Amino acid sequence: MGSHTSNHPLMTATIELADDALLDVLQRSAFGYFREATNPVNGLVADRSRPNSPASIAVVGFALSVYPVAVERGWMSRADALECSLAALRFFRDSDQSGSAQATGYNGFYYHFLALDTGRRVWRSELSMIDTALLMAGALTASMYFSANTASEIELREIVDMLYRRIDWRWAQNGGATIIQGWKPECGFLQYGWEGYNEAIVLYVLALGSPTHPIDNTGYHAWTATYQWENLYGHEFLYAGPLFIHQFSHAWIDFRGIRDRFMREKCCDYFENSRRATEVQREYAWRNPNEFVGYDENSWGLTACDGPGDHVPQGDPRRFVGYAARGVPYGPDDGTLAGWAALASLPFAPDAALSAVRSMYRRYPEMRLAQRYASSFNPSLVSAGHEWVSKGQFGLDQGIVVMMIENYRTGFIWRLMRECPYIGRGLRQAGFRGGWLQRPRR
Amino acid sequence: MRPRDDQQAGSQPDVYEHEREENAHPSKWRNPEPVDRYQLVVIGAGPAGLAAATAAVALGAKVALVERASLGGHCRNVGCVPSKSLIRTARLYEDMRMAARYGARRPADIHVDFAAAMERMRRLRARISRVDSARRLSAAGVDVFFGEAHFSGTDSLTVDGTRLRFAKALIATGARPDTPSIPGLAEAGYLTNENIFDLTDLPRRLLVIGGGPLGCELAQAFCRFGAQTTIAQHRPLFLPREERDAAQLLSDAFARDGIDVRLNTEAVKVRAENGQKIVDFVSDDYHSTVIVDAILTGTGRIPNMEGLHLEAAGVDHDADTGVRTDDFLRTSNPRVYAAGDVCLEHKYTHMAVASAHIAVRNALLRGRQRLSALVVPWCTYTDPEIAHVGLYVRQARELDIPVRTFTVPMHDVVRAITDSEETGFVKIHVRAKTDRILGATIVARHAGEMISEITVAMVAGMGLRKLARVIHASPTQADAIEEAANAYERTLATPAMRPLAGAGSGSEA
Repeated sequence: MGSHTSNHPLMTATIELADDALLDVLQRSAFGYFREATNPVNGLVADRSRPNSPASIAVVGFALSVYPVAVERGWMSRADALECSLAALRFFRDSDQSGSAQATGYNGFYYHFLALDTGRRVWRSELSMIDTALLMAGALTASMYFSANTASEIELREIVDMLYRRIDWRWAQNGGATIIQGWKPECGFLQYGWEGYNEAIVLYVLALGSPTHPIDNTGYHAWTATYQWENLYGHEFLYAGPLFIHQFSHAWIDFRGIRDRFMREKCCDYFENSRRATEVQREYAWRNPNEFVGYDENSWGLTACDGPGDHVPQGDPRRFVGYAARGVPYGPDDGTLAGWAALASLPFAPDAALSAVRSMYRRYPEMRLAQRYASSFNPSLVSAGHEWVSKGQFGLDQGIVVMMIENYRTGFIWRLMRECPYIGRGLRQAGFRGGWLQRPRR
Repeated sequence: MRPRDDQQAGSQPDVYEHEREENAHPSKWRNPEPVDRYQLVVIGAGPAGLAAATAAVALGAKVALVERASLGGHCRNVGCVPSKSLIRTARLYEDMRMAARYGARRPADIHVDFAAAMERMRRLRARISRVDSARRLSAAGVDVFFGEAHFSGTDSLTVDGTRLRFAKALIATGARPDTPSIPGLAEAGYLTNENIFDLTDLPRRLLVIGGGPLGCELAQAFCRFGAQTTIAQHRPLFLPREERDAAQLLSDAFARDGIDVRLNTEAVKVRAENGQKIVDFVSDDYHSTVIVDAILTGTGRIPNMEGLHLEAAGVDHDADTGVRTDDFLRTSNPRVYAAGDVCLEHKYTHMAVASAHIAVRNALLRGRQRLSALVVPWCTYTDPEIAHVGLYVRQARELDIPVRTFTVPMHDVVRAITDSEETGFVKIHVRAKTDRILGATIVARHAGEMISEITVAMVAGMGLRKLARVIHASPTQADAIEEAANAYERTLATPAMRPLAGAGSGSEA
């Protein structure tokens, strides 16, 4: 049931390409999302490709990061990329920062979801600290790339600097040690816990590196105090279940050879840790304890992604969840895999990632629509002969694919961000030492 | 605020209840004539008081045991014993529903007989109450007094007008359910552990407020009996003390069972209309309402100290944390000790018993045993069970102890696979660069049974290396512990040893 080889000539041709040519196709098709989903007036980018999707500020962060990649690869002109970037940055500069229910942000942070046309808060979404950090990581990428002494590029850098300096990271601690996940005008700070290793290193690095409202490093230490170093399936690693946690901060920061106190203790670094996390995913998929269809060491990718949720055939007793952070080994696991998540592990485990890309692509070509990864697919849930596939695409998924392929191929984003003084300062404040941090900056 | 009996809760005297009452508080009991001075007077006959009295008598002491209600206290009467009995029946119904998982046919008509489950519970509760019946205690040499006790001086107390003088006293009055101050809750009526076991009919719709052990256990059991169950917890996860993965697995298990899980949710208002209870919730900025037939609160326990006149004995106390003791369980009055829920942070039966034994030895034998030296396991009897002993990782890291965790998911354990009981894990935390066990968390269907092995190892000072040499009967689910120890052993293999290992497997092939 479910597994079959692609008979689509274009797809068959693509998947049989040599590695670099294959990656070129995958990367460029993922970049295409940003060309299709962006409002050129304000630079905001839709969260997903479904009709009436609002913009996600994190997806804008990815957009700002992939425009330089597209310029370097010749997919768009520098002027075009600059214009797209400036549109978004000017919008955030001028946005309503009153923190009202219909504003765009507050204290330098922004609501998670904004109307694509007006840029005002939608869905009663939360003022999101992590998503603001992803947005700012993208903005800083743009400011590092557009380094020319032209009026437009100078303006871009000035806006980014203003946006970064405006963020009151200390306010987001709400008097405590760690950074709170969110805030709403209706109820104040949200009380969701945020314990254990997660994608927040980039958030803490940006908060520590701020020249205006920095948190002190006790916040970072309080967060890392909740880490769990585990020996699982024969691999020792800093545990986190969903794969995206091991990927997102790495899109911008080159963690190879740099270590904070925790990693020094463990004689490891976060990059190597992500490699091990990839191996743990493969081990789990090979074991496949829930006996789902399509899992093996070359078919994996449990992460935050869309899921069948309530869209299951009537009378089917199985339980599926919708959008959720799926993880290993404790779940949730409902048989849903994200093909893009395997690809985004490319820098850490190239052979494993490419094997998975080819294997999953051959067996489940429907998981890619128009050459672009769907958020997820579920080979255990088959209807009318077709596996369940999430409708459309999500901007976060496409963004991480473009960036991680680029980092694997050239290290381009990593090199740009190594030169970012705020990132360097933030990393040092967090206690990172060694590797490229020790080398004198150019 | 005292709990008010819910309309559905009502005592239904039967032969089992009669037996239990005759054991726990005989109707024709006459208090004995007190001796001039007792070597130990124990106030409260719950697990701590009973353990203390019997231990002191075994040491040859003259002991008085004072109880205002029933021997056995919370655990025997309205706690562990009845709840575990019901949990077992509820688990059976769940197994029947999930029969296909075990390669068996699901019964065509699964009709829950709630009354039968409750009758079984009362029968077993009555049987267990025989062990520490008033007559047996009396025969063993304990002077059992029923009545309200209060201190009348630093070396005496009064029980319903009778003065008991003591050389040493032990306060073991336990704790009672704390109830949340939600507007309208008292008027609408609610259940606690003190009266839920008196129910005669299964509520069709049940709301459980509080995600601690009691709330979680009973929410799942009542859901499995067929009650449409909602559980509301104001924190992001259930069992806030337990580690995140354990609590997450429990949330997932609840959702699979069909419990309406409301995390980060506070009940803010209750009102009764047409025999129903309407409860308003707030979760951040999201407001919602549920309509139920019964509400169970399980939001913690507060120490029983009212009426004891602790000031008369010079015993310091705090309304929230209870009687203040030092690490030897001695109060501010050197003649008076305390044990169990009235003074402990960890309010568990086994902890009450262990603390009672320490207090008795320290009080009567001038012992110097410390409460802090105990290695204390605990378990929440949900399905899967969640058991823990020793330090959590976050505690160790707060103490600047580098920690390394050896994790074995239950889906890697042969017996768990053959039993279709793969949800969960064994995590054993060791001090980095050593094999010294700091603590462990086990999530498994029988985690409560399995945690004892880790506790034994910790008490005996046995590290993971030695544990790896302990042969486990196989296949058992406890193999997971051996496998964790083996994982530790494998990390010790030096590069020089690896070719040997390779050669060994090669020769076998």
